[in-house]
Amino acid sequence: MKALAKNREVLLGFIVAAIVLAVGIRAPVFLTGESLVNVITDTCFLFMLTLAQMAIILTRGIDLSLAANLALTGMAVALVSRAMPEVPLGLIILLAIVIGAALGSINGALVAYVGIPPIVVTLGTLAIFRGLIFLLAGGQWLTSKDMSEAFLSFPHANLLGVPSLIWIAGLVIAAFWILYRQTQFGRGLYAIGGNPVAARYCGINIPRQQFIVYTIAGAVSGLCGYLWVARYGIAFVDNAQGYELTIIAACVIGGVSIAGGIGTVSGALLGALFLGVIVNALPVINVSPFWQMLISGFVILAAVIVNARSERPIGKLILASARKLERKA
Amino acid sequence: MNDQPSILVLSGLSKSFPGVRALNDAKLTLRSGEVTALLGENGAGKSTLVKILTGIYRPDAGEILIDGKAQHFNQPTDSWAAGIAAIHQETVMFDELSVAENIFMGHMPRKKSGLIDWPLLHSKSQELLKRIEAEFTSDTILKTLGVAQKHMVEIARALSHNARIIIMDEPTAALSGREIDDLFDIINQLKSQGCAIIFISHKFEEIFKIADRWTCLRDGEYVGDGAIKDVTQAQLVKLMVGRSIDQVFPKRNVTIGKTVLEVDDLSNATEFDGASFNLRQGEILGFYGLVGAGRSELMQSLFGISQAERGTVKVNGNIVKIENPSDAISAGIAYVPEDRQVQGTFQPFGIRENITLPSIANHAASNVISYTDELATTRKFGARLSVKASSWEQRLNELSGGNQQKVVIAKWLATKPNILILDEPTKGIDIGSKAAVHEFIGELAGEGLAIILVSSELPEVIGMSDSIQVMHEGKFIRRFSGAEISPEAIVNAASGGAH
Repeated sequence: MKALAKNREVLLGFIVAAIVLAVGIRAPVFLTGESLVNVITDTCFLFMLTLAQMAIILTRGIDLSLAANLALTGMAVALVSRAMPEVPLGLIILLAIVIGAALGSINGALVAYVGIPPIVVTLGTLAIFRGLIFLLAGGQWLTSKDMSEAFLSFPHANLLGVPSLIWIAGLVIAAFWILYRQTQFGRGLYAIGGNPVAARYCGINIPRQQFIVYTIAGAVSGLCGYLWVARYGIAFVDNAQGYELTIIAACVIGGVSIAGGIGTVSGALLGALFLGVIVNALPVINVSPFWQMLISGFVILAAVIVNARSERPIGKLILASARKLERKA
Repeated sequence: MNDQPSILVLSGLSKSFPGVRALNDAKLTLRSGEVTALLGENGAGKSTLVKILTGIYRPDAGEILIDGKAQHFNQPTDSWAAGIAAIHQETVMFDELSVAENIFMGHMPRKKSGLIDWPLLHSKSQELLKRIEAEFTSDTILKTLGVAQKHMVEIARALSHNARIIIMDEPTAALSGREIDDLFDIINQLKSQGCAIIFISHKFEEIFKIADRWTCLRDGEYVGDGAIKDVTQAQLVKLMVGRSIDQVFPKRNVTIGKTVLEVDDLSNATEFDGASFNLRQGEILGFYGLVGAGRSELMQSLFGISQAERGTVKVNGNIVKIENPSDAISAGIAYVPEDRQVQGTFQPFGIRENITLPSIANHAASNVISYTDELATTRKFGARLSVKASSWEQRLNELSGGNQQKVVIAKWLATKPNILILDEPTKGIDIGSKAAVHEFIGELAGEGLAIILVSSELPEVIGMSDSIQVMHEGKFIRRFSGAEISPEAIVNAASGGAH
């Protein structure tokens, strides 16, 4: 089973590579270093947010408000930057993380301590966050002329020839890898999703863990909120509209089980990369956005069908003869 | 052996749930290096006692002493800390994670940085697996293991907590003969290391083989304890079932009519094999067996929820093919399932909508549902079962368990069945409603309905049934009728013993 999961990731990797090569043959300009770095840079948001969403999905939850959180936080820091251009960049980034985490913790509290289903909570906060953007900015659009030079230039800055956005995404990915792989908290997320009753009997504080994952996801959204506004030079109500579904799609394609308890960092990253390549590569060879949607849709369904575990026994093993067979198998 | 120090002393333990007194002044003493068999019928309070010991329930009254010190368990972790670990009836663990993670979930060895120390985690796990002579490695993914191996993981998990008191709840239920021997080897090893073990099993053969002492509960109360070598199986059975069971249940005088249901050699691959029986008008046929004997699965197949692979079902002499519940309903079979909340009711719907749902076609002469017809049916059956509600539109989740159960029965009666299958009809309902349900079952039989009563409550099944079919591990053991019916004989047959 482990082999199959690995194989699926390898398969997904091959598909991504095949798309890149196929597009490259039709349009060699796509295979230049600059163009590929651009694809990766564009996908950085999806990498970070997919890993954040994965933490929540592992616990059998879902967060529909991540993109709205991103847009609201982005607007908030853009307004701060307009009002006080002298605020140092470090403080802006910190502020974005804190605002995002605070918004996420609202979801966390409602899910973990009030006991409302995650899909309902985050559907509500999605609408509230979007509404707040309008109120906060009075319906205005903030464009690059409203933001300070330092604010705008950071995502485009290079360190050792690599854009800062990639550095940040790299740090976030590393942090998530450590969380999922090397901490008891992270393994506990798998336990909660895999078998909540057993997890409780193991002494895992399920509400606390839930609260924390929604807060972490919010913090990542907040960070992405600043980066998004700075990279694209615009903050408005419909920023990243619908992106929450792209994030969930990347999780599903990457083999994160919506039923909870299953998912790997490498799988989730490949899922995000797949969507990033579809969105960036296909326009190069003039494939219309509608075809992109169609392809993504088919891949999501294919991924779910592959994930559907068909190995469950048909009935309970009550007869002694059936149990013997099971052991031999 | 009696001079071993006692590790655990429970006394005066009581626990009530709404309508049910699960434990009343129970007591239990465990000594180190001894296996104590905890005996009792279904519902005697064994699982409640285990749940109190493992910190899942809090007792209403009573004292738990470990090494003479009073303990208060507010959550499972408190109970581990005191050295208690339980191995559950159905292995409750994490299929997708490795054996090592399953053993140490919640208390993984960590490095100074707070990160998991994987090498240490695996070496510790490997050590524990070696101690119980397991033949798989600590990095195996749990779901690739068989049931017996999963048990070993649970035992390793108990040992990882340095547990000195290990509760084994039906540990052999899913094991083969050889695996049971292996388990007993492990138990003997744990004994020699000074552990005290609570062993819960319905199989007397095993109890006499492995246990040193016994404690018996009945109806939540302590009824006796002692050394295994001083007692016989017959004495234990008598203690477990010893109560008068004839007052509560309405005696009926019913003329048994013609045969309505003939089941011949009904079998499927994994759940039941060679089920053959007849059922006549006005007859109540009890089905008794231990939990997991395959009774509910057989009934679900009769009702078309699952498919049998072999065998025939005849209703009124005609062979019927039952491929789904709607076939069963048209053949005149109604099934009141065990899990009322999930399988029996639509909680957010009102009483009227619940009662008329399976027979909705009868209330829709011209494809439009007639509200007045529906209300008439609801009134008729609701009143017959004396459902207590503020109105017929009251939502099910506002009713008590007993009243919900009455609605479920009413709903199936509204389909005008010839054969009524009741699966644990009084499970979890209060005594008053229980008596009403019993009385009503008697009345229905008096009207000529053929009834199958699946029940794990011995007094209920003996008090209500004309004859009793006993199942064990998916097979029919014996059908008892009339004077053959005795609690002892039935408990023996259900334990799989022909002793």
